[in-house]
Amino acid sequence: MDLRVPEQEKAFRDEVRTFLEESLTPEIREAGKMVTSVFAPVKEAMAWQKILNDKGWAAPHWPKEHGGTGWSVTQRAIFAEELVRAETPPLVPMGLHMCGPCLIGCGTEEQQKEYLPKILNGEHFWCQGYSEPGSGSDLASLKTFAEKDGDDYIINGTKIWTTYAHYANKMFALVRTNKDGKPQQGITFLLLDMDLPGITIEPIVGLDEVTEQCQVFFDNVRVPQANRVGAENDGWTVAKYLLTFERGGQEYAPGLNVQLEKIRLMAEKQQTVHGPMSQDPLWQHKFASVSADVLALEFTEMRIKSALSSGKDPGALSSMTKILGTELLQKVTELRIETLGAQAAIWQPQALVPGSEQPIIGPEYALTAMPHYLNSRACSIYGGSNEVQRGIIAKAVLGL
Amino acid sequence: MNFQLSEEQQMLADSAKRFVRDNHDVEKHRQNKKLMPLDEATWAQFAELGWLAVPFAEEHGGLGMGPLETMVLLQELGEGLIMAPYIATVVLGGGFLRHGSDAQQAETIPSLLEGGLQLAFAAEEYERVFTLENTAMKGEVQGGDVVLNGTKACVINGDHADQLIVLVRTAGQPGDKDGLSLFLVDANADGVERTPHRTVDGRQGAEIRFSNVKVAEAARIGELNQGYDIARTVLLEGLLALSAECTGSLTVLLNDTVEYSKTRKQFGLPIGKFQALQFRMADMFIAMEQTKSLLMAATMKLVEGHDDAAKAVHAMKAQLGRAGRKIGQEAIQIHGGMGMTDELNVGHFVKRLSAVDGLFGNADVHLMEIARSA
Repeated sequence: MDLRVPEQEKAFRDEVRTFLEESLTPEIREAGKMVTSVFAPVKEAMAWQKILNDKGWAAPHWPKEHGGTGWSVTQRAIFAEELVRAETPPLVPMGLHMCGPCLIGCGTEEQQKEYLPKILNGEHFWCQGYSEPGSGSDLASLKTFAEKDGDDYIINGTKIWTTYAHYANKMFALVRTNKDGKPQQGITFLLLDMDLPGITIEPIVGLDEVTEQCQVFFDNVRVPQANRVGAENDGWTVAKYLLTFERGGQEYAPGLNVQLEKIRLMAEKQQTVHGPMSQDPLWQHKFASVSADVLALEFTEMRIKSALSSGKDPGALSSMTKILGTELLQKVTELRIETLGAQAAIWQPQALVPGSEQPIIGPEYALTAMPHYLNSRACSIYGGSNEVQRGIIAKAVLGL
Repeated sequence: MNFQLSEEQQMLADSAKRFVRDNHDVEKHRQNKKLMPLDEATWAQFAELGWLAVPFAEEHGGLGMGPLETMVLLQELGEGLIMAPYIATVVLGGGFLRHGSDAQQAETIPSLLEGGLQLAFAAEEYERVFTLENTAMKGEVQGGDVVLNGTKACVINGDHADQLIVLVRTAGQPGDKDGLSLFLVDANADGVERTPHRTVDGRQGAEIRFSNVKVAEAARIGELNQGYDIARTVLLEGLLALSAECTGSLTVLLNDTVEYSKTRKQFGLPIGKFQALQFRMADMFIAMEQTKSLLMAATMKLVEGHDDAAKAVHAMKAQLGRAGRKIGQEAIQIHGGMGMTDELNVGHFVKRLSAVDGLFGNADVHLMEIARSA
């Protein structure tokens, strides 16, 4: 056990920093600072992905032969840390972090050749067709049906909470191909084009007045059977493989540390009758409590990464980091609005749109606080609600 | 001891209930995504129903009621998320007018009662944690006049107000209770620059800059440098009113969540059948009842003039912040994705609770007030 960073990795950090300094455009930087969600504004996020891909750095977590970087676990951690430290907009995860790794693990060689390069260069923008109005936490009960017809499936049904479906040109979806037996056993994993006849997309306005989610309707949509990943009726295995990445692939601690430092600086500016809020013992206690939790999470995440790099499946541990990461993120956004008081109630979502000329009312650092607080309430719902994650730990780890 | 509503109070509650049944405002919250003019029609209805007259003395044309009746009224209006600026104009604004000079009262109260006057309390400042004595914006005494310079932040109803009640420091330093003064200022006076903005709860306010705004002695409410006591008295009533309204909102959040958990099925069962969720909804209920208890405690103590009334009001505002956070967050979580949408009522109530916690000192600020008063 050793925490010291070798010399060559310090050099790597410098290389990343230099690259970031030279290649981040003002527009991308601004979009990164205004992020109030795990999803960044699309235009700037995709522009940033293109820059990274030109450098060969869009998917460091992929195997080298598919376009990954071949970095060590430590190097990948350094890279991730530097990205959040520079407040770059997060890349849209559905292709790079979900569909891509899934195809690498479960797709045919043909599918990998067809899709992986286009995920990297952004030509394909993926969305995830999992949840349905009647199937959220109980995902396996999904009803969208794919009926075999010659070489095709004909799909009928609806998907909901489909993030960025209104921007996507591709969807990976779970559909039902068998109504008998255990619900998990009749599900198939399909890839499809979003411009197919019979697909309708209805955007959903969030309580932060932003549209991230959509409902997608399928009316006799014809998809070739060749677009299937894995065997028919074995989509649940593919989905579970992918979910492990969705839940555990993310690292929360580096971003939380950046947020905490910003909150500390805000607290220095808020005056109480006894001096700056940052010197107030009540505030210090709350701040320290979250900071200690984030430090613990940082090492929990490192332990999981270390297990992954030695080829072990993190399994149910990814449920743990999903719970910890999302709930600490919520706590951090809460601490931020509590630090700002009434200033956080000023509502100016139009000033958050990249390139907005709207003058900001109140301190600029307060602008994202309330939208981020509200948006982050979704984190404990999506990707398998935190109740589902706790259930997994109880069952798979504790044997209850 | 008696926790029953009087006949008069019950009538007030009933009329508010009927109003909410016919005028639920969540649809307006969904539609109003930009700055809106004052909803004159609703305000005229408030005047007609006599609600604007509730806290004013009969000699002024009021109903001679007090914080208890305001509580009864606002709890009901809170259930409908009614956004009319009642607290800004009637409770806070009207509260200050009751301490004003005869001339000020004659000039304002009749018009307020008719629905022709909007008021706002300009108290919060940027980068200053709200307590009255933390006020820093200066009023410089020049002979008989005072010259105001500085900025007030998040002035609720500040954009629609005709008159502002401005809290300034005319002597001493932030932290001193002495040296605060209150002025009734024309919102359109020279040197008053208002930047309107929406607030997260679908309502509106303004940033208000004062540049060399000269106010005469006649505009002062109370004595020079002795504004603290009046401001505190009115603020305590304002905090109670906010708390009453939001207690109504807590009730809706709990009821909506319980109803949803009975109809939403996953794993073959209504999700309300899962014990993990039952325990959490039971905790939401407990938090709501505790909030109601403190609301009654604080209101009754204030009306009856108990020594620990202020402490109870601070406890109330702190409880509202904490219960609002807990109940709001659980309501969203148990509603799942639906709870995150603009479409359902839940999000709009949560946003109201989030805004109110921040106004006039959040839960932390009021807990510290209790600690100091002990």
